[in-house]
Amino acid sequence: MNDSFLLDGEDIPFTPGQTVMQAATAAGKYIPHLCWHPDFAAHGSCKLCTVKIGGRFATACTVRASAGQEVENRTEELDAKRRTLLQLLFVEGNHFCPSCEKSGDCALQATAYEMGMLTPHFDHFYPDRPVDASHPDVLLEFNRCIMCELCVRASRDVDGKNVFALAGRGTKSHLIVNSESGQLADTDFAATDRAAEVCPVGVILKKRVGFAVPIGRRTYDLKPISAAGTEGEREDAADKTALREKEAG
Amino acid sequence: MMDQQNLKDSPHASPAAPPRKLKVATVSLAGCFGCHMSFLDIDERLLPLLELVEFDRSPLTDIKHCGPCDIGLIEGGVCNAENVHVLREFRANCKVLIALGACAVNGGLPAQRNHLELADILQQVYRTGHGLAEGSAIPDDPELPLPLNQVHPVHEVVKIDYFLPGCPPSGDAIWAFLTQLIEGKEPALGHGLLHYD
Repeated sequence: MNDSFLLDGEDIPFTPGQTVMQAATAAGKYIPHLCWHPDFAAHGSCKLCTVKIGGRFATACTVRASAGQEVENRTEELDAKRRTLLQLLFVEGNHFCPSCEKSGDCALQATAYEMGMLTPHFDHFYPDRPVDASHPDVLLEFNRCIMCELCVRASRDVDGKNVFALAGRGTKSHLIVNSESGQLADTDFAATDRAAEVCPVGVILKKRVGFAVPIGRRTYDLKPISAAGTEGEREDAADKTALREKEAG
Repeated sequence: MMDQQNLKDSPHASPAAPPRKLKVATVSLAGCFGCHMSFLDIDERLLPLLELVEFDRSPLTDIKHCGPCDIGLIEGGVCNAENVHVLREFRANCKVLIALGACAVNGGLPAQRNHLELADILQQVYRTGHGLAEGSAIPDDPELPLPLNQVHPVHEVVKIDYFLPGCPPSGDAIWAFLTQLIEGKEPALGHGLLHYD
């Protein structure tokens, strides 16, 4: 049997060991996601990439591809569930897009556009999350955190610094900074760190570069996330697949 | 939903019975009137729109109360007692109620005060803030509506039928949304028209 599976009826090739998300992304197919990034270990927490495999729900970023799988992805049923997950994320934080520098480059916003989310629907939490402007080069705007842990993984696995972590449980969960004062300025965090680049929303923002690209000409102003957002990730995933194949001989 | 026969001249329509125009009301609650300005940005398309609708209560007509209407457009969130009253009047009179713009949809920028204490904000703004003269006081006129502790999106107060996000939604988005609705279609905004900023 060929190493391929069906994604919404289309044949997707994969190499053994790849997840459904990795194979789909390498094939240029968009499976909605927020906490997954090709450079980091799958986290499986945001659940946006939930697909149906053989009629059962599974997260595409954690399930390995296998030959003959029948995967449903962009169905109205699954997109409706994704819309609800996005609505929950919007009401749990303070997402005021008009005042956010990340607007137009934000994966949360762009994914909500892709899912046709017109309203947060639920009652807003309006949590109190003070910003941390202590660092000379980087601002932390916790109000927009969706707890994807990409910064946690980048700081731990790439930068080797362990600057970020999640604390609390349930609705009290929140991002913290690993220093005695809890302030970013009291860590060895640098604007050149991988963790400074990886935030999909507007939490980690470099100072003094605001509006370098004007609103209306930003990533997702030009293309929907299903076409634009994963472009780099696709190339990246394809490179890695080639590398893995080369290493495997 | 809408009266399809009212949408455009039908070849079968009797010339003796001109189609009834849809009645539209609009209001700005805790908003900046940006959505109304964007509404005017539909520009010359206002003329064909006026073939289909007539305005009831609106800043455009200066009518003070909303009568029975087909469509109500609500700009702005709910930040004081008067906003609640006006919103309920719209809900009671409008067959279809639309939350227009970010403030109506999620509280918008006014809701950025929601994690602060209202009393502290009033003190800071009217009494202790930078540049205020000694003796400055918090306004206390019985005609002023009482502020709510928090700013709320309109769907937390009354049932809303449709949501049109954006700060403001563009004239093109408003035009697309309204014309689809008037034609009896489920409004849908594709890429480029759906924006939260």
